[in-house]
Amino acid sequence: MKALRHPALGRGFARGWLGAGYLFLYLPIVALVVFSFSDSSIPNSWGGFTLRWYRALAQDNEIVHGLWLSLRIAFFTACGSVLLGTLAAFALVKYRRFAGRTLFTGMVNAPLVMPEVIIGLSLLLMLVSVQKALGVPERGLLTIWLGHLLLGMAYATVVVRARLQDLNPQLEEAAMDLGARPWTVFCLVTLPMIAQALLSAWLLTFTLSLDDVVLSAFLSGPGATTLPLVIFSRARLGLNPSVNAVATLIVLVVAVFTVCASLAIARAERRRQREIAQATTPPRRIR
Amino acid sequence: MKSCSFKRLRLRGRSVVIAAPYAWLLVFFVLPFLIVLKISVSEMQGVGFTDLITLKDGLLQLSLRLGNYPALLQDDLYLRSYLSSIRYAAMTTALCLLLGYPFAYFMARARSTLQPALLMLVMLPFWTSFLLRVYAWKGLLSDQGWVAGLLGLIGMDPLLLATGLITSPGKYMNTPFSLVLGMVYTYLPFMILPLYAHLSRLDLRLLEAAADLGATPWAGFWRVTVPLSRPGIVAGAMLVFIPCIGEFVIPELLGGPQTLMIGRVLWDEFFSNNDWPMASTVAVAMILLILVPLALFNRAQAQQEAGR
Repeated sequence: MKALRHPALGRGFARGWLGAGYLFLYLPIVALVVFSFSDSSIPNSWGGFTLRWYRALAQDNEIVHGLWLSLRIAFFTACGSVLLGTLAAFALVKYRRFAGRTLFTGMVNAPLVMPEVIIGLSLLLMLVSVQKALGVPERGLLTIWLGHLLLGMAYATVVVRARLQDLNPQLEEAAMDLGARPWTVFCLVTLPMIAQALLSAWLLTFTLSLDDVVLSAFLSGPGATTLPLVIFSRARLGLNPSVNAVATLIVLVVAVFTVCASLAIARAERRRQREIAQATTPPRRIR
Repeated sequence: MKSCSFKRLRLRGRSVVIAAPYAWLLVFFVLPFLIVLKISVSEMQGVGFTDLITLKDGLLQLSLRLGNYPALLQDDLYLRSYLSSIRYAAMTTALCLLLGYPFAYFMARARSTLQPALLMLVMLPFWTSFLLRVYAWKGLLSDQGWVAGLLGLIGMDPLLLATGLITSPGKYMNTPFSLVLGMVYTYLPFMILPLYAHLSRLDLRLLEAAADLGATPWAGFWRVTVPLSRPGIVAGAMLVFIPCIGEFVIPELLGGPQTLMIGRVLWDEFFSNNDWPMASTVAVAMILLILVPLALFNRAQAQQEAGR
């Protein structure tokens, strides 16, 4: 069995390939962090340690406002995406047949592969038509949220759907046999079992929204500039050390958050598995 | 009686669960496309477009302006950018497969206690900003950057010059090379994850059987492992190829002016020229372009599910 692990290729080669791959994936992140502390007016060249880009950041109104707007949109996007995504995932997993299921599946998955320029353009053109007729909505937080929600919902559906498919339906059936109403079953049995996936979906759609450029650019109006739009317009002009500082802060917050969340999720999952194992082990027979 | 109301409750719950996301997607995903389709057959009128249906002298008038579609074929800017989008996307997909397949393979064959950590490390970049990671390459590839220096040291220039990815030695930023590098970097995890999913589920006893029947490890790899991981290859290739076609942010930040991508053309048509009908026409053509690989992909998946 062991000999089969790396046919014809040495173990060292495998390690080297993996190492180089991870280096490739993490190099830009490391570079952002390192150069955010570099005291040099030419970005990406080392000029001694400094914190001045961070100090400049606090006074940078455009960035502060952009961050606040982005955080609000990301929060609403994550909540809405998890809600709609969970409903869609339930529809896909629990109800094998209903009218227009093929269309539904297609619509749920399409935003994942559809280029964002098309989603942004089409949503904007519709909103413009609606605005022509009704006078609302003004472009801004609400319209950006609608766009992000469309994308976020698709991602949330994938995450929740994967979890629902792995679920043991016997647990729900057992609860129903014991007389629980569907709503009770959902709250007491299903929800705790998919809570981990819901949290993952929430975090994923939150970061997705916090990062989005294209949809935000199409759907934002005057005065509604999200943080990625600020960063993007500065990055387009050239390199900007303050962007490195923002980046480092974002990477730091996200990394701490992700690691804590995944540790908590892993622990909760282990506890659940243990409880399920205990509950489903048949009691020892008395001799 | 009780069971009757119980059933009704379940049915009502069911229809809400299906109807809410269904209606939402119809209104915010399908309807906008129909509007794009409609605007693509209208003409520019100020900052806007002509109406498709007008009421004139008490008669409904339908005005289809199909002029945008021939224009799409006549102006070679559109055609060239479609073709170069396909070329860059194909190049990116091939490179991702070349780099990602061994990566996923070695991950799947690593010690099983190590695998969750290895997987987590591939997923982690998803959680950090895509925009910022692409921006970082701008610095790394600039003339004073680390990677530019490294590339010069290991003598990559002749190869890159020969393939036309760069035009002058030592200049990497704003070339087709930096564009493809940025896209490979961004989409590599999308290739690795489905490949890993298939390779880690591979039944190693099949390889053992192949070896027992006299297959060399290489033969076993090519005739057992690769065919069995084909669904992963197809899924990964689609997840890389399709979004690359319409990519906007990476070409804008890393591509420079000489790299043509259709996503950028659409953007310029809309934001710079304010030509909404033409932007819509480009979008419709782009959807048609994507539908072909998407249909192939769906068929492959349906076949796979049917085969199981």
